[in-house]
Amino acid sequence: MTTSAEVLFALKVVYTIYAFAIMSLIGWFAYRVTKKPETYKTWLTPKVFYTYLGILVVVGVGIHILTYNKIPWVAWELKKHKIPADKEINITVKNHEFIFPEQTPINIKCGEVVKFNVVSEDLTYGFGLFRPDHSMVFQMQVVPGHNNELLWQFHEEGTFYVLSTEYSGPKGARMKVPEAFKVVGCNKQVSMEGRK
Amino acid sequence: MSIKDILINGNNGGLDHEGLSPLQKITLRFVVVGLIFYGVAAIEGMLMRGQEITPLPFIDDSHFFAIMTVHPIVGIFGSTYLLVFGAFLFLVPYLMKKPIFSIGLANFTWIIMSVGTVLVWLSGFVYHYAPLYTIYWPLPADFTQFSVVGAVMFVVGIAFIMIGTLAFIVNIYGTVFYTPKGQKKQPIKPLLMSAFGIDGFLNIVNKIRGKEPYVKEPPLSLPIVAIFRGTVDTFLDALVILGAGLLILFFIGNHVFQWGLHYHSVDALLYKNIFWWGLDLIADGLVLIYVAGTWYLLAMLITGRNLFMQNIARAALLLELIVSWAVWSHHLLSDQPQPEIMKLASGEMITAFELITQGLAFFITLTTLWLARPLKMTNELKFLLGGLLGFALAVPAGIIQADLGMNRILHNTQWVAGAHFHVAILVGLTMTLYSAIYILFPILTNNSVKLFSQRLANWHFWLHLLGGIGMGAFMGMAGIDGMLRRHVYTEGEFLGYMILAGICGAMILAAWFIFMFNIIATIGLKGLIGIFKPSQLKKDVIVPETAAAVQKG
Ligand code: HEM
Ligand SMILES: [Cu+2]
Ligand SMILES: [Cu+2]
Repeated sequence: MTTSAEVLFALKVVYTIYAFAIMSLIGWFAYRVTKKPETYKTWLTPKVFYTYLGILVVVGVGIHILTYNKIPWVAWELKKHKIPADKEINITVKNHEFIFPEQTPINIKCGEVVKFNVVSEDLTYGFGLFRPDHSMVFQMQVVPGHNNELLWQFHEEGTFYVLSTEYSGPKGARMKVPEAFKVVGCNKQVSMEGRK
Repeated sequence: MSIKDILINGNNGGLDHEGLSPLQKITLRFVVVGLIFYGVAAIEGMLMRGQEITPLPFIDDSHFFAIMTVHPIVGIFGSTYLLVFGAFLFLVPYLMKKPIFSIGLANFTWIIMSVGTVLVWLSGFVYHYAPLYTIYWPLPADFTQFSVVGAVMFVVGIAFIMIGTLAFIVNIYGTVFYTPKGQKKQPIKPLLMSAFGIDGFLNIVNKIRGKEPYVKEPPLSLPIVAIFRGTVDTFLDALVILGAGLLILFFIGNHVFQWGLHYHSVDALLYKNIFWWGLDLIADGLVLIYVAGTWYLLAMLITGRNLFMQNIARAALLLELIVSWAVWSHHLLSDQPQPEIMKLASGEMITAFELITQGLAFFITLTTLWLARPLKMTNELKFLLGGLLGFALAVPAGIIQADLGMNRILHNTQWVAGAHFHVAILVGLTMTLYSAIYILFPILTNNSVKLFSQRLANWHFWLHLLGGIGMGAFMGMAGIDGMLRRHVYTEGEFLGYMILAGICGAMILAAWFIFMFNIIATIGLKGLIGIFKPSQLKKDVIVPETAAAVQKG
């Protein structure tokens, strides 16, 4: 099962390649646009234009179809009302503090469907899990006055810490719960995001 | 001549401010003040960059986030809005060849917006009011963390800025529609058809049906159409921001006079939806539309030709306007109570249209330039290409994060702040504006000055471009590695990236100093001050006759 570490690594590779490609294109353009063309006949016809338009459409739609098929948590999100949870973890946030239902670290079994429900009693916060190498497992917003529910299935073993991923004033800028969750029973060690 | 001499008198005698028309002067005022606020924002940015590397002794958490709150306000409203408004208040009369609707109103606009920006800045500097520009409910009304006076100052400052914005809008629409004394009255209908791009659309339809074009020469030129269209979004978002200000003001009253209302009586999610609907009219609305319009104008001025595929461009501007009203959910993809259908339709699918409209503008502009080869690599062309590159980098980054799967691991990370919007603003938007400044400079100064140093202009270009892309790249990589954008890290978790981003930030700031030095050495401090003195010429002069003749001849 694809983990978020693998997706992040893929993003880094793909976007870096794109960035260098587009910078080279503009660089090449800047060089050539100052030169007198050999012929004024041009390949830049409306047909080329409409082909380009078509490519934009395909890319714009294709990216979401791609992620739907490759990233497992998109389907968890869209079907969250239908997937039964194996374990529910209810967390409250108030006064810039996370209140956990039991002693941390909370143990989670590999492959279990966990439903996180985080409720804020005052401000808007965020709820994000991070690996020991600081890369993100996932996050969501915690909007007050609503249930903020997220389904997740862990496929990597390790201990994860929690940060508030939304700003809740200067008092909330360091909100952290170290070693909040411990996932056990996977044959896969904690994924590294790719930098180590 | 000594450096001091040059700074005071300018290059070759500097700017002849006495020959400037009222309109030219006002435009230059907008530009000067906008450039100064840009510097303020850049210095604030650099303070934050420093703080992310090692905590600075004079900045604690509440001060740090106060800087983070005012930085975008000074940058976007104090700088970008002023630069854009100034340019458009000149361009609309200049391109339509009729006097501006009201000189007085234009003067009022830059003054009240500057005062508003300074008030917001003071609310941060003095009172550390720091709800960030996102003001997620109920944070702006959390008076256990913030002072009441700071909040009032912030709201009043924002209100001033929005009042100035409304004054600008009145002036633009006034100029497009009013009939100057002594001229024949223009019918409104074709103007409106043109303003909304309906004539361009009908032209395409007629072409497909094999008929004559609906209009051969639309009454409004393409840049005017873009300005008009973008101004619709500018208006709507000003209303939303004013509304948010009133709500905060109400809760300030509630707190001070104990009316007994709890802040939970406002639904945080509904508030967030309305807020992002309004704010996205800036980022994904007027910015994209104004920028596209400016690219088209620049491409036409640089090449002296008509735009490639101009009817498509007109229609695309209309599409962009409508799209901008319906994309806001891409800011709520990680908000779990937000309905899934909104996330999919507004957040993913309609947002994808922005790739199309922006991609078209990119292609049309480049092709127009390409068909006019060979071109000289002037400052305006250089900066225009920089601006195009900025959006070519930042728009795909935006499209990537506008995806349910990707947003789960990118939202509120440094990726959004770096790879996406700082590249969009610093490289895409700001370089486009520099290009416009360079091309308008001779027109605004009646060709009375010569740039002090082309070498310095090149330094400015390269430092800004590489600094901007570099900062975006290192922040972006830190974001991919998990670094949040509004969290205080204390254990050096991302130190390497932050040092690199800091170096790039310093390049951007240095670029601004170089540019300002070059400009002051060009027009001279005397000329600079002269801009703020009343003009000797008549109010309805756009560009003095003699100067206009020189430009043509
Ligand atoms: C095709 C164009 C664009 C697309 C598809 C796009 C998409 C997005 C998305 C999806 C986000 C949300 C990211 C998140 O918070 O998870 C975002 C955030 C942001 N965008 Fe854009 N964007 C575009 C253009 C622009 C432009 C031109 C600007 C600046 C002038 C801009 C400024 C911002 C800012 C400031 C944020 C951060 C908002 C916050 O504080 O949460 N965007 N954009
Ligand atoms: Cu910034
Ligand atoms: Cu947006």
